[in-house]
Amino acid sequence: MASRGSPRLLDRLLFTVKNPTCRSRCCTLRSRAQYSSSCRPEEEQEETFQKLLIANRGEIACRVIKTCKRMGIQTIAVHSDVDSNAVHVKMADEAVCVGPAPTSLSYLNMDAILNAVRRTGAQAVHPGYGFLSENKEFAKRLAAEDVTFIGPDTHAIQAMGDKIQSKLIAKAAKVNTIPGFDGVVKSAEDAVKIAQQIGYPVMIKASAGGGGKGMRIAWNDEETREGFRFSSQEAASSFGDDRLLIEKYIDRPRHIEIQVLADKHGNALWLNERECSIQRRNQKVVEEAPSTFLDPTTRRAMGEQAVQLAKAVQYSSAGTVEFLVDAQKNFYFLEMNTRLQVEHPITECITGLDLVEQMIRVAKGYRLQHKQEDIPINGWAIESRVYAEDPFKSFGLPSIGRLSQYQEPLDLSNVRVDSGIEEGSDISIYYDPMISKLVTFGATRAEALARMEESLDRYVIRGVTHNIPLLREIITHPLFISGDISTNFLPEVYPEGFKGHQLEAEQRRELLASAAALHIAAQLRSQSILGNLRVSSSVAGHSSWDLSLELGERHYDVHITKSGSIYTVEVDGGRVEVIGEWNLASPLLPLTINGSQRMLQCLSREASGTIALQFMGTLFKVRVLSKLASKLNSYMPEKLPEDTSSILRSPMPGTVVAVSVHPGDTVAEGQEICVIEAMKMQNSLTAVKQAKVKSVHCKPGETVGEGDLLVELE
Amino acid sequence: MMAAFGVARSSCGLINSFRGSFRLLAQVKCGATPASGPQSHVPRACRWYSVSHLSVKERIEKKRKAALIGGGQKRVDAQHKKGKLTARERVALLLDPESFVETDMFVEHRCSDFGMEQDTNKFPGDSVVTGRGRINGRLVYVFSQDFTVFGGSLSGAHAQKICKIMDQAMTVGAPVIGLNDSGGARIQEGVESLAGYADIFLRNVLASGVVPQISLIMGPCAGGAVYSPALTDFTFMVKDTSYLFITGPDVVKSVTNEDVTQEELGGAKTHTSVSGVAHRAFENDVEALLNLREFFNFLPLSNQDAPPIRECHDPSDRLVKALDTIVPFESTKAYDMLEIIHAIVDERDFFEIMPSYAKNIVVGFARMNGRTVGIVGNQPKVASGCLDINSSVKGARFVRFCDAFNIPIITFVDVPGFLPGTAQEYGGIIRHGAKLLFAFAEATVPKITIITRKAYGGAYDVMSSKHLRGDVNYAWPTAEVAVMGAKGAVQIIFRGKENQAEAEAEYVEKFANPFPAAVRGFVDDIIEPSSTRKKICSDLEVLASKKQVNPWKKHANIPL
Repeated sequence: MASRGSPRLLDRLLFTVKNPTCRSRCCTLRSRAQYSSSCRPEEEQEETFQKLLIANRGEIACRVIKTCKRMGIQTIAVHSDVDSNAVHVKMADEAVCVGPAPTSLSYLNMDAILNAVRRTGAQAVHPGYGFLSENKEFAKRLAAEDVTFIGPDTHAIQAMGDKIQSKLIAKAAKVNTIPGFDGVVKSAEDAVKIAQQIGYPVMIKASAGGGGKGMRIAWNDEETREGFRFSSQEAASSFGDDRLLIEKYIDRPRHIEIQVLADKHGNALWLNERECSIQRRNQKVVEEAPSTFLDPTTRRAMGEQAVQLAKAVQYSSAGTVEFLVDAQKNFYFLEMNTRLQVEHPITECITGLDLVEQMIRVAKGYRLQHKQEDIPINGWAIESRVYAEDPFKSFGLPSIGRLSQYQEPLDLSNVRVDSGIEEGSDISIYYDPMISKLVTFGATRAEALARMEESLDRYVIRGVTHNIPLLREIITHPLFISGDISTNFLPEVYPEGFKGHQLEAEQRRELLASAAALHIAAQLRSQSILGNLRVSSSVAGHSSWDLSLELGERHYDVHITKSGSIYTVEVDGGRVEVIGEWNLASPLLPLTINGSQRMLQCLSREASGTIALQFMGTLFKVRVLSKLASKLNSYMPEKLPEDTSSILRSPMPGTVVAVSVHPGDTVAEGQEICVIEAMKMQNSLTAVKQAKVKSVHCKPGETVGEGDLLVELE
Repeated sequence: MMAAFGVARSSCGLINSFRGSFRLLAQVKCGATPASGPQSHVPRACRWYSVSHLSVKERIEKKRKAALIGGGQKRVDAQHKKGKLTARERVALLLDPESFVETDMFVEHRCSDFGMEQDTNKFPGDSVVTGRGRINGRLVYVFSQDFTVFGGSLSGAHAQKICKIMDQAMTVGAPVIGLNDSGGARIQEGVESLAGYADIFLRNVLASGVVPQISLIMGPCAGGAVYSPALTDFTFMVKDTSYLFITGPDVVKSVTNEDVTQEELGGAKTHTSVSGVAHRAFENDVEALLNLREFFNFLPLSNQDAPPIRECHDPSDRLVKALDTIVPFESTKAYDMLEIIHAIVDERDFFEIMPSYAKNIVVGFARMNGRTVGIVGNQPKVASGCLDINSSVKGARFVRFCDAFNIPIITFVDVPGFLPGTAQEYGGIIRHGAKLLFAFAEATVPKITIITRKAYGGAYDVMSSKHLRGDVNYAWPTAEVAVMGAKGAVQIIFRGKENQAEAEAEYVEKFANPFPAAVRGFVDDIIEPSSTRKKICSDLEVLASKKQVNPWKKHANIPL
């Protein structure tokens, strides 16, 4: 079925399973058809590997396994002990435990992984992204064992893996580069000197880095010193290499990258761009392909430079050349990632290629099947990275927990969800807190965006805090919709930090009306006791109620009438009609509000009247009380929450790296108190006021949970 | 002080006839009885007794008005200032709108000492509001003590009003809810007040197991008064504004020389987490009453009624995939039993009883396919889920409530055994542990047991095992039914032998799995965790008609 027809037809095969009667089969169909294929059933199947080991975990391991299954390759998963139940382990044909939870002992443990390769007789290893994907040592050791590394040759990894060297090579290959210092920075003072030479602002980053780790921007000498310290620590803990480099920081740039694909015979293609400007702390959040910003000329220029660079290092396999693009469409080489990127699915969507399949083919030594002119841009694809993190804390601090309920929005067409977790999975402190990559596709950008909005609304995630509120705000923001974005999008749009969706008057009425109607539906259900003759007949018959609702600080008088499943709600000077099925067990609450479809989610209904509703992506708590209860509630004393200015709690689960204060010390406002490392990111926690330290409840090396008391001030 | 409760009392009849005329007036107003002979005498009688020039009708209105404002606006304001609602506000919030039918609004106290006989010291209805009403259409009797009248103190008349509605509740078979807010005995009345307490205690005891009795402590409740809540099935409290103690901090200081605040001695936190006297606490009056409504929805009206079956939107055959991975591989690693419970029951709706006390056992109410069930589960997250004195007593009382009121019991077992140690032995773990064993064994309601992981030693027997007449006993594939953990067993069986590790592995292979129990029929089936909800729902349907009778006896002799 995955024959190579016209690209349009292919897309339809990939994404459209609209007939609701075949929903149950939908997943199988989808998993087979999710990635386009160049395998031609009518032709002879290319010979390929029999056994392939995936040296990774989570969604990328699952994603690779899917393609392998389609290609008829047997798969071997490796896993740490805490991952024994993980989805990628269940999906693979074989699984080998390579060590305990910490990545350095399992997924980064080359000896154990090589043992697994030997034991299972794998002929090839796909490293996914992260972990050992850009580790030349690993590639070398595999080669020594005569096992194929699915990726570029060692020298390309080496050349591009070092940011300083890669810049020199790029320069030589006539690729535009950013002005900066092409050497290793030795000390903080050295860093300051170089920064002054280049001129502020400057970017300090790990030479071996990637993924935003070990990166700091400095606008003055003081920040340079601090950035040097943090970056070198982070670089050391993330990559085991604390070398740093400094370059000119381009203000309000866009981050646009070119996907390249090259074979071992000197052929290389560029598969168009991905716009990855929406980032927080230099980590991508929302990506799209193509970019609204590039014109065909710039696109070609960038593509051609990317291919030049690939050819300059005899690159083979899939790779990504990252560029910063300024407002004048000048573009500068940033780095080349010699691996499959997290956001590769959007490229697959618009080009119809399966990049993992291409990587495997190329590794096996085949020539590219496509010519540059064969590479289309079909429609538009958007990817949202759904993370287990709290977007209200600096756009996302990790959250951990068990997914007590989890439903992907796969009942919608043109939706692809790459995930490696399922209901019941644990999001632990050991690994990246990504839940999934939600990709939507459409003939136009507007279509893809609309589908993304719908998908986010019906994505059910319970048990961990997630960033869907932020994702939904981004993709519906006027600036994003118009394409007017830069890598500073988040701090510029939310200078005070992200506060969730801000309700407009009409939206507020809709929310209140939905809460009121849900409350009444639940009340009526409480009265429907089956077969009980001792229920008073007088309870039925009510069809209108007066309620008092509380949202934030404000109170609203609500009059609600019911007729069948239709509730008419008068609230806040407006009239809202709400129709629903009122299934009180389902986490999803599909409603028709004033004639338009809305998908709400109900997270909880408490006896005290508080209903937690996810509306327009954000969680709102509405308290619904009868008029009487509301009046009486006004007599209830307000209980003061604890004074949080004098206590410091851990904003996330993690490990205490350093404690900078002792009891009795006096700290100034903004002074660093301690540093927590979570998911390989170091976070400095500072005092919110000047005070004396009363007690310290943590010590370096200790694991702390979210909300744990760290330090008390007087 | 306790000796005073022994005073017997049998003057009810006398008092009832003395107050007869007032009650008749009330009936006329309410239209509860058709006009008949006595009615025509009443106006005459009243006019005869009347000192004012008001007509009877006006006097009725006046009394009624007076009754509605209790101790007067000033005291009502004071009550509000303390963050407390008045007795009537509480009743109004607890019951369905307009469903409250009041009794004894015209009852007044009968004390004539210490100037109490003055008109200014008489309040129609005295210091308690009583009557019946509905919660979601279901009948309930309620009394609500009025702190604005003599600090809610209990007079003979006050007690008599409570006794009356308790008697009515017993006659028709409906629960009794008491909203307690009382300074204690009406000292002016002396022994009359103590007698009143005893009358209530007796009714609490006689009603126990016949109709559910719930106490909500919404203010002080001290001295002998505490024993009425203690005798009821459930005691809830309001945080910061309610206290329960035998003697207050001053007496404590003088007797034991301990310095203690009211809150520390008998506040909600103390009783829900330390003493286990109260079953749950709520933030304030409004939240407490709204939660009480929710709680009431789970209960049957009496021991003659089946528990309610509410309309259910949660599919009974829902598979819970998350459960397949919830039990960790290492048998020493903890997990949260509440997660299992939430995932299995209807709509994740679980009303936990005593959530802060003896947390190594979890008990509470939930629904399965709309049907109320009682859930008991060991909590591996706390003290490995072992059974100790407190958890045994907590579990036992809950199981007995369920059994008394026809509520099926679902037991989730992950228990490493009884907690060892001198503290436990000296504390009497033997007799307290026996309570839980006793309760499970004597229960004749449907009993479904799921062994999720460990079921070791005597604790295995206790936790609603097949041997104690469990109707359906399941094991998950992770279940280990054994006398003890592998390490301990090996040390005994292979004492002094080398190669303990090998012996341990052998033991694990033999016993750390559900087979030894399954081959003997001690578990009926080994099931996939994800299918647990589906199985339980289907079993409950079958067991709805279960009939099992214990041998006749006056009553059993549970090891108290």
